[in-house]
Amino acid sequence: MLLEVRDLHVEFRTRDGVAHAVNGVSYAVDAGETLAVLGESGSGKSVTAQAVMGILDMPPGRIGGGEILFQGRDLLKLKEEERRKIRGAGMAMIFQDALSALNPVLSVGDQLGEMFVVHRGMSRKDARARAVELMDRVRIPGAAQRVRDYPHQFSGGMRQRIMIAMALALEPALIIADEPTTALDVTVQAQVMDLLAELQREYHMGLILITHDLGVVADVADRIAVMYAGRIVESAPVHDIYKAPAHPYTRGLLDSIPRLDQKGQELYAIKGLPPNLMDIPPGCAFNPRCPMAQDVCRTDEPPLYEVDPHRGSACHFWRECLHG
Amino acid sequence: MVDEVVERRRVEPILEVSGLVKYYPLTQGILIKKQIGAVKAVDGVDFVLNKGETLGIVGESGCGKSTVAKMLVNLERPTAGFIKYKGEDITRLSGRALKTVRRNIQMVFQDPYTSLNPRMTVGDIIGEPYEIHPEAAPKGDRRRRVQELLDVVGLNPEYINRYPHQFSGGQRQRIGIARGLALRPEVIVADEPVSALDVSVQAQVINLLDRLQNDFDLSYVFIAHDLSIVRHISDRVGVMYLGRIVEIGRDKEIYDHPTHPYTQALLSAVPVPDPEAREHRERIILSGDVPSPTDIPSGCRFRTRCWKAQERCAVEVPLLAVPAAFRLTSGPAAHDSACHFAEEKRVVPPEEPLDDLGDGGV
Repeated sequence: MLLEVRDLHVEFRTRDGVAHAVNGVSYAVDAGETLAVLGESGSGKSVTAQAVMGILDMPPGRIGGGEILFQGRDLLKLKEEERRKIRGAGMAMIFQDALSALNPVLSVGDQLGEMFVVHRGMSRKDARARAVELMDRVRIPGAAQRVRDYPHQFSGGMRQRIMIAMALALEPALIIADEPTTALDVTVQAQVMDLLAELQREYHMGLILITHDLGVVADVADRIAVMYAGRIVESAPVHDIYKAPAHPYTRGLLDSIPRLDQKGQELYAIKGLPPNLMDIPPGCAFNPRCPMAQDVCRTDEPPLYEVDPHRGSACHFWRECLHG
Repeated sequence: MVDEVVERRRVEPILEVSGLVKYYPLTQGILIKKQIGAVKAVDGVDFVLNKGETLGIVGESGCGKSTVAKMLVNLERPTAGFIKYKGEDITRLSGRALKTVRRNIQMVFQDPYTSLNPRMTVGDIIGEPYEIHPEAAPKGDRRRRVQELLDVVGLNPEYINRYPHQFSGGQRQRIGIARGLALRPEVIVADEPVSALDVSVQAQVINLLDRLQNDFDLSYVFIAHDLSIVRHISDRVGVMYLGRIVEIGRDKEIYDHPTHPYTQALLSAVPVPDPEAREHRERIILSGDVPSPTDIPSGCRFRTRCWKAQERCAVEVPLLAVPAAFRLTSGPAAHDSACHFAEEKRVVPPEEPLDDLGDGGV
């Protein structure tokens, strides 16, 4: 297994109290596999990824427990210096907002080349040549001329390509993409997702795709982990989950999106609001919003039950949900 | 089924937009400003909004859809063209006459975080329209009206003294909607009203907008980039590209029988939440980006990204009308489409052909 996260806990100490952002998350990604982590804002999907990358702000963040095994080594036990060597070369991240992730006062060529100078000890001239190669690779027209341009001179889609080029530069084994196409228009989104999928196949990388968009997930993922209030509530191969969700939250999400191919009547709406992370309800965190909730849901936190060898659901009534 | 419902409604235009243009000048120099060009944000838009109907406008960023919204509520003055509200051109109005018209056309904004004043209570925010239009509600009655409005949008009327930061995104959007309803307008212009919300909350707000339309006999101009949401809520849909509407028609005509290549590409690019569709879906991936609105291509403005473009497209501007090929037919492909080589192409596969009644519920 390329990456294995085991029982990860992350909390944030704030003025108003402790926010429990990640409460025992476990997932795994293999080389060549795409895992989609699906969740709404505040579900802990990005915080988990930041912990894996080692870019959490600490303090106020604190890793309360768990293991992050990358190629067999527990990253949480490594020194910062060793982790820095893994960042970029072993795993890389693509951020949602390329304009704020890129340095506005350096040309894109300098930023891409910096990777080779720092990690590979190349000369500036060689690094520049590699930068042009990379820009070609992500299909930026006229790469040799545009390598001198600054981030603001590129369109949103082109900037996201540069982010992808930067993540690919050192040929990492794992890429974490945090909402990589959310800020883009649909036609450009399709271009960028296609490019990412193609490069993943070519380099046989593991990909963690963090998103809130059920459509994007269905298009590219092999497996899905659905997060709610800092926990994984359902984990399954992509085909299974869309055919028959085994958790009422997943079912609610699927039912509440309008469809392109049909004009529905009233939309199903999950009632209520996501919980406050400083005050997560006892038992199952989803119980106040769940149409199937019983007494046991308000007292006992459901473990991730095994639905079949490839599937898990954190619902006491997963059987009823699956068949209902 | 849906089409018939539209047909049976009184077809009575409440808004008529014709030749609407908005250019923003580009200037050079500090003391002596010289105009060196213009951002052609909206470059000739025509449409009609009928009473009780929802017109959806879709397009990518920079296509001018939000500028159209601003002109409809008179936040921007058009460079040319007119907007007729019940037959009267409102673009040249001022003073008292403008105020009366504005009462009837209200707006709901995209971002519920920045469109509510953080220093005002919810009661003051929703009641503010009554300060500007005191004739709408007598002073003593306002508090009760605001509480009624809170109830209508599904918020607890006791929240009247709370501040916006005490609410979640979805609840804030409800406050924005309540403010839009305060003056009992006939038309609501909603600019991306749900795009800042989480999926599970989006559905709540869409259902609310649906319900309010029936309860208050509202007409909506619904602007969004999410094609699925627009289909869900709209009776008719207009597709915008670089400041113009390129195709417009009933929801079925646009989604199931698109004839403009841009609409087809746009629809085929939408990720569909169905992994089975991955294999047998044809996707049209457009090359390149949208050209700059300061330098619009000659002829058809879509030709630089169009796989069908020929010489004719560079010289002759295609008009928004029923294309010649479909003029004599009466099928769903016979709707307005601004393309010289319009062809029908189904890009959204019918999920369950038998389930044609549109009952998507589970």
